Amino acid sequence: TMARVLVGVKRVIDYAVKIRVKPDKSGVVTEGVKHSMNPFDEIAVEEAIRLKEKKFATEVIAVTCGPTQSQETLRTALAMGADRGIHVEIPADDYVKTGPLQISKIFAKLAEQEKANLIILGKQAIDGDNNQTAQMTAAVLDWAQGTFASELKLEGEKLTVVREVDGGLETIDLKMPAVVSADLRLNEPRYATLPNIMKAKKKKVAKLTAKDLGVDLASSIEILEVADPPQRLAGIKVENTEELVGKLKEAGLV
Amino acid sequence: QSTLVVAEQSDGALTPITLNAVTAACKIGGDVSCLVAGASCSKAVEQLKSVAGVSKIIVAEDASYKGYMPESLTPLILQIQSQNNYSHILAGASAFGKNLLPRVAAKLDVDPISDIIDIKSPDTFVRTIYAGNAIQTVKTSSSVKVVTVRGTSFEAAAETGGSSSVDDAPKVEGSPLSAWVSQELSKSDRPELTAARIVISGGRGMKNGENFDMLYKLADKMNAAVGASRAAVDAGYVPNDMQVGQTGKIVAPELYIAVGISGAIQHLAGMKDSKTIVAINKDPEAPIFQVSDYGLVEDLFKAIPQMDDLLK
Repeated sequence: TMARVLVGVKRVIDYAVKIRVKPDKSGVVTEGVKHSMNPFDEIAVEEAIRLKEKKFATEVIAVTCGPTQSQETLRTALAMGADRGIHVEIPADDYVKTGPLQISKIFAKLAEQEKANLIILGKQAIDGDNNQTAQMTAAVLDWAQGTFASELKLEGEKLTVVREVDGGLETIDLKMPAVVSADLRLNEPRYATLPNIMKAKKKKVAKLTAKDLGVDLASSIEILEVADPPQRLAGIKVENTEELVGKLKEAGLV
Repeated sequence: QSTLVVAEQSDGALTPITLNAVTAACKIGGDVSCLVAGASCSKAVEQLKSVAGVSKIIVAEDASYKGYMPESLTPLILQIQSQNNYSHILAGASAFGKNLLPRVAAKLDVDPISDIIDIKSPDTFVRTIYAGNAIQTVKTSSSVKVVTVRGTSFEAAAETGGSSSVDDAPKVEGSPLSAWVSQELSKSDRPELTAARIVISGGRGMKNGENFDMLYKLADKMNAAVGASRAAVDAGYVPNDMQVGQTGKIVAPELYIAVGISGAIQHLAGMKDSKTIVAINKDPEAPIFQVSDYGLVEDLFKAIPQMDDLLK
């Protein structure tokens, strides 16, 4: 069987931007700040496109959830090579209260509607650092999960996944359909070229709401405060290696 | 208040992060039970029996739990939860815990909380976001709190003084959806990164993989673990399981020595809770010096052999 792939993309503050906490501690400053596709999602999109190029997949559908601006991220996925997009529009006010569980229910509903049998997501988004959505999407659908993937191999109904685990690598076999979360070494994502960016503008993007899918967006988690991390005081510069080793010996560390 | 800690095993022995999770469970308060599930459990059960704070151990020894597949462990945990109604389900925020607990939470239809660094009250937790550049305090109204625990943020529970009862788990059939095939663990006699007292990490400044031999040699002399920055991993110098940082491992040793590491935000997130930080870098402007207790502006290819000599 060929795969029909759903791939999730999230718009986040660009990884190179220095994060600033709002003075009222309600969150971080997002206005006027450069945003990009979550880096792990770029890897997910790349893997989906490669599956199609290698004739393991028939179609790659990119999905994003969030306010109007999320469409930019969807366009990037289309410019990379996804066939079409789905934007599940969540107004900004609701979006800050939506968590990974609610997003996973949206992905699960869309997978059913689109008859997808493979969902590829980034292992975590670099804003919330939750690392939950793929696992929960698999749970909601009762599908197998291959998290922190560094290699995928699809053979008929069997998906072999090499996973990044704490002590090294682990290989598992999953029965399709399945959900995969992409880790850093799965691939190196391509850049969207200008001609492809132009072409992507003509690709189809469907717009839905969570309500259309029957998903309640309310999370049980309330953010009480977002604060700056404690600052470490800068220490001293030592003149040479002798002095360094001397200091470490003095402190009883070596 | 009662907590189930899902114990983690590696090669049939308890992993250290389980003891950090037990401490977090004790901090929440109430009874603490531990689930040990796997193809063979006796060694981990023996270890856990004497751990302070654990009142009950539930053992699920069955061949179908080989490889600790989340598709098989989740129904088991759900069955145990339905019988005991714990207020909290905890595990270490390791590859194991991060893989398993969100699946359990979704099945319970509750929002899980990942990688906590502190507990304010039984329903209020502290965690990092944006690679440690902001600290978030969250309160949950879930009936069951499903939480993973950052190992370096909680002391390990004492391995003596406890005396827990041991019960068998209910029989729950494994899932046919997934099967464990093999593992390829990096072989090393050095201490494990997240448990080592001293960590020496190399960055892009190491220039290639062979040059890491210098660090291995020094590490063996100091009984240290060797880590790396994401830049060194991305450049192919060393495998990913050596990566220290927000996308790799979080470490907080007594002594952290950063060698040829510039100090990108993402790396700092993985090591800035270390007690003492040493930075060796030839670039005096490298951001790593802003967090280091002792900074040495020097070519690492000169400084590391010198350190090696001085420590003889």
